[in-house]
Amino acid sequence: MIAAAFEYELAGSVDEAVAMLGGDEDAKLLAGGHSLIPAMRLRFSRPSLLVDIGRLDDLRYVHENGDRIAIGALTRHAELVRDPVLAQHCALLAEAAALIGDPQVRHRGTIGGSVAHGDPASDLGTILLTLDAELVARGADGERTIRAAEFFTGPFENALGHQEVLTEIRVPRAAGTYLKHVRRAHDWATVGVAAARVDGRVQVGLTSMGTTPLRARTVEEALASGASPADAAAHAADGTMPPTDVSASSEYRAHLARVLVRRALERL
Amino acid sequence: MSILGHRVLRKEDSRFLRGEGRYVENLPLDGAVAVTFVRSLLAHARITGIDTTAAQALPNVQILTAADMELGPFGPPPFPGLDPGMGRPLLAVDRVRFVGDIIAVVVSDDRAVGVDAAELVAVDYDPLPAVVDPHEAAKDEVLLFPEAGTNVAARSGSPEHDEKLFDGCDVVVSGTLVSQRMAPCPLEPRSAAAAVGPDGRITAWLSTQTPHQDRMVIAGTFGLDPAQVRVVAPDVGGGFGAKMLNVEEVLLVWLARRLGRPVRWTETRSESMVALPHGRAERLDFTIGGTREGKVLAYRLAALQDAGAYPVLGAFLPNLTALMASGVYAIPRIEFEGRSVVTNTTPISAFRGAGRPEASQTIERALDLLAAELGMDPAEIRRRNFIAKDAFPHTTASHAAYDSGDYEGALDLVLRSVGYDELRDEQRRRREQGDTTQLGIGISTYVEITNGVDETEFGEVEITPDGGAIVRTGSFSHGQGHETTFAMIAAERLGLPVEKVTVHKGDTDEIAKGTGTYGSKSTQIGGAAAGLAADDVVEQAKRLVADYLEASPTDIVLDPALGRMHVAGDPSTAISWADLASRASDDGRLAELKAEREFKSAPSFPFGAHVAVVEVDTETCRVELRRLVAVDDAGTLINPLIAEGQVHGGVATGVAQALYEHVVYDDDGNPLTGTFVGYAFPSAADLPSWEAVEMETPTPLNALGAKGIGESGTIGATPAVHNAVVDALAPFGVRNVDLPANGENVWRALQEAKA
Amino acid sequence: MTRIALTVNGSRCDADVEPRQLLAYLLRDQLGLKGTNVGCDTTSCGACTVLLDGESVKSCTVFAVQADGCEVTTVEGISQGRELHPVQQAFHELHALQCGYCTPGFVMATISLLKENPNPSEEEIRLGLEGNLCRCTGYHNIVRAVQAAARAGA
Repeated sequence: MIAAAFEYELAGSVDEAVAMLGGDEDAKLLAGGHSLIPAMRLRFSRPSLLVDIGRLDDLRYVHENGDRIAIGALTRHAELVRDPVLAQHCALLAEAAALIGDPQVRHRGTIGGSVAHGDPASDLGTILLTLDAELVARGADGERTIRAAEFFTGPFENALGHQEVLTEIRVPRAAGTYLKHVRRAHDWATVGVAAARVDGRVQVGLTSMGTTPLRARTVEEALASGASPADAAAHAADGTMPPTDVSASSEYRAHLARVLVRRALERL
Repeated sequence: MSILGHRVLRKEDSRFLRGEGRYVENLPLDGAVAVTFVRSLLAHARITGIDTTAAQALPNVQILTAADMELGPFGPPPFPGLDPGMGRPLLAVDRVRFVGDIIAVVVSDDRAVGVDAAELVAVDYDPLPAVVDPHEAAKDEVLLFPEAGTNVAARSGSPEHDEKLFDGCDVVVSGTLVSQRMAPCPLEPRSAAAAVGPDGRITAWLSTQTPHQDRMVIAGTFGLDPAQVRVVAPDVGGGFGAKMLNVEEVLLVWLARRLGRPVRWTETRSESMVALPHGRAERLDFTIGGTREGKVLAYRLAALQDAGAYPVLGAFLPNLTALMASGVYAIPRIEFEGRSVVTNTTPISAFRGAGRPEASQTIERALDLLAAELGMDPAEIRRRNFIAKDAFPHTTASHAAYDSGDYEGALDLVLRSVGYDELRDEQRRRREQGDTTQLGIGISTYVEITNGVDETEFGEVEITPDGGAIVRTGSFSHGQGHETTFAMIAAERLGLPVEKVTVHKGDTDEIAKGTGTYGSKSTQIGGAAAGLAADDVVEQAKRLVADYLEASPTDIVLDPALGRMHVAGDPSTAISWADLASRASDDGRLAELKAEREFKSAPSFPFGAHVAVVEVDTETCRVELRRLVAVDDAGTLINPLIAEGQVHGGVATGVAQALYEHVVYDDDGNPLTGTFVGYAFPSAADLPSWEAVEMETPTPLNALGAKGIGESGTIGATPAVHNAVVDALAPFGVRNVDLPANGENVWRALQEAKA
Repeated sequence: MTRIALTVNGSRCDADVEPRQLLAYLLRDQLGLKGTNVGCDTTSCGACTVLLDGESVKSCTVFAVQADGCEVTTVEGISQGRELHPVQQAFHELHALQCGYCTPGFVMATISLLKENPNPSEEEIRLGLEGNLCRCTGYHNIVRAVQAAARAGA
């Protein structure tokens, strides 16, 4: 279909983008466009102005930064997949990126765009939440760091102000695994489970089990008090309200979460 | 050496590979305006008002509704027996009956503005209760057509039950098979354009499978002589049974006449998912009974067909299900009762298999269920019930007259090819070890009917001035490769190289008559007709050569290897097609080297056997198809390369129904799978490679020995995969898994078995 | 309207585009390159796949303005005169097309896949083409064609 009409501005810098956003309360950022453009084509999303930050190539990078890996918000999924720094220090993120969509989508989609879009079925949001990542944003009032746990506030909602632009994502060095149950290879997760060791703790995240990515805190607490993976995994759906849709019922999702959490923990 | 039976690369490929496909959307049409349809957002409602003010305010936009036209039902009813009161008006008058029903038409210079305007058309709906479940619809509580007094659109078979039907049966089992609603999803969404020429003739360019039939319906709808209508089907990007004339194309013609300007429309995919007819949606309740030795004595089927909001071809598919109910088995007693009911959903029409997949899905499930009850191997129970190889022609208890078949041969071949015994060993091992991932092996042995309603096809062959040939066919290939296959047939008969034979199709001004392509009938009637016309041209050529050589026509022979004719025994007199054509042309006699034929045939019955091997993760309930071995016997294969391609595509669709796809509505009739995100159309990553095994048992019905093959893969594959999944879960007490047999439905089956 | 300049199949093109105009429609409607097909609304089917700065992208999910200053290659730009590109040739020889509507998208996706992975396994091919849908072929011959193209050093 054809999107509703909108105005378009190309930002030459993050600060320019911030200013452009300030000029229109129905403005949205355009990065890779692979979350936004499909929504616009179906007219679910109708921004009056698109601020294009897709040319800000200085926001495409992965490098070590102290005890964290710093990833530029405009880094493409395909770049995450083949990045040697990530492969060495946080392969979990690269493995999850490799499961997003298809090769064409991965050539364009960005980590910042995907995460900011906030689809509860998105993989990267779960990874960041599981890793206690930090998200750096720049706005009219300057720069701030938002913890992943505070970033995802609702379905397609996040803690960013209207004029804030995600510039960087920081993840710890961590080992882990991401299991994604899908109907078809290129689908959104029916249920996704991330398990990672972060600073000696085992942390578990869930995709498509609620209105945002979730941490399976009951599972983590059970593990911390010595439960086996199987026993801890029995709590995987605790406190969750998984949706029922054409892919799966709420009950089947809960079942999948329990199975996949057990398997992810056994793999760790 | 005959070219038939060779893997000749396709002549038509070049334009598609280069991106020069002549799809309707690609055709230039000067001055054409864009058409956008305003479609109902509700499944069932009265329309109490249509406000076009806001829409009309956009530049160069015009909105038309039912108030702007003289209306009647859409064309003649497709089959006798449908209540004309259930006909679909071209534009909704005061009621909409499914999400997607057309309420208004927007005409605009710019396509994007058309979409903007369509959105601004404000429709006042007075919602009515929607009925989506055919079972509910059959209660006749919520009526879609109050004047009709019922939601039943058609009946088939007989409601009479013989209470003694299962006498003599040691075992009787029952079950239900829901052949779930599917969306055909040709990659090319429909596209149409229409214009009225200076002479008043209408030309319609349509993405259709049936150009000639469309022309008749368009002419009939507007009260025109068919000679006043030209339909051009250029290149069409897939049809699968769904692309036959619908209301949109007729509306385009109406608009072209009314506006006096060319008009064009291309549906979006979201539009197509509600507006292009769906397939399947037939529920079969079955009972099968047999001896304890596994001999089937009786089979009863009750079909409930969802016809969708306006009954069309889909309402009659249970007749084909009934005809093919007993499949490859010699079942002496069959009872069938069918009803088709309207519901507030997209209308159902033909989709690859059209009534026959439902038959094979049910009988194959029933055989497996009976086998399980008897503790018998599913291959063995089939052997005990096949119609024997020497029993053809064979008429079944449901009155299908099978031409030729070797069902046990197909089963033997497929079991050997797949390594059946080794697979059962592996399965046993995994069961004993209690592996999380279990193996399932599923068999289907099927027969299908092609050219199912005894149709006739037209073929014309003409020698060109340079000594080549043109074949004009009434068949209409939209991916099936007739430009190659029919060229091969004519080339073989004429003794010309394939490169010198060109196939023309799709333009009703050029092709005198035709029926189009569906029902897997084209090679067996269209190819056969072309072959006969070529034979006629050879005979006529011999008479011409005889004239030139002052010999008797009976003394002239064609040397097909060299493409020359000469007096028998005296090759020095040989004259090539090129020389003959040139001379005839000079003499004004080229028209003698042209012939046309129509060929009518009874249906033929391709058959086969498929084995599917699945792995089921009994914890996540994910099913993966590891192998599918397909034996598909379609008689003599003209071009095995193309035939195999048809099997591959057919099998993929069969597997898709078994494991992935399902069109779903909520209780209010809102489509929940209206895009390729929700509708699980599989990619290459979701399917394995196919193992297609050749088998050819010719038919006596035409000179080629050819049956049809286009739908066989689909008909064989779904039950094989379905049976495989149930087989994998048998140790858990599972006797049935609903289609699609994957994920949620597997989990449910396991839960129910535990309870 | 925004003025953009891009290189399409080696030639520079200047165009005035509405921001909402997709790259796919710029190619089809303004540049007359009809080989790139639009088969869906949800970035699922890949019939619109082209190369953007050498990488496969779905041109239905890129606004034309986003392609300003970029190099676009469509199916019309890959054969040298009348001779087919090795990937096109492989699709022909392995009967990897039937109705042809998905074919340009598959060809472009294959070119990109083989560039990134010149010697893919069957599984890598199937996953590499998960973004392209076909209803006609059942994918079997498409996979064989990609394997043949890889062997030919495409």
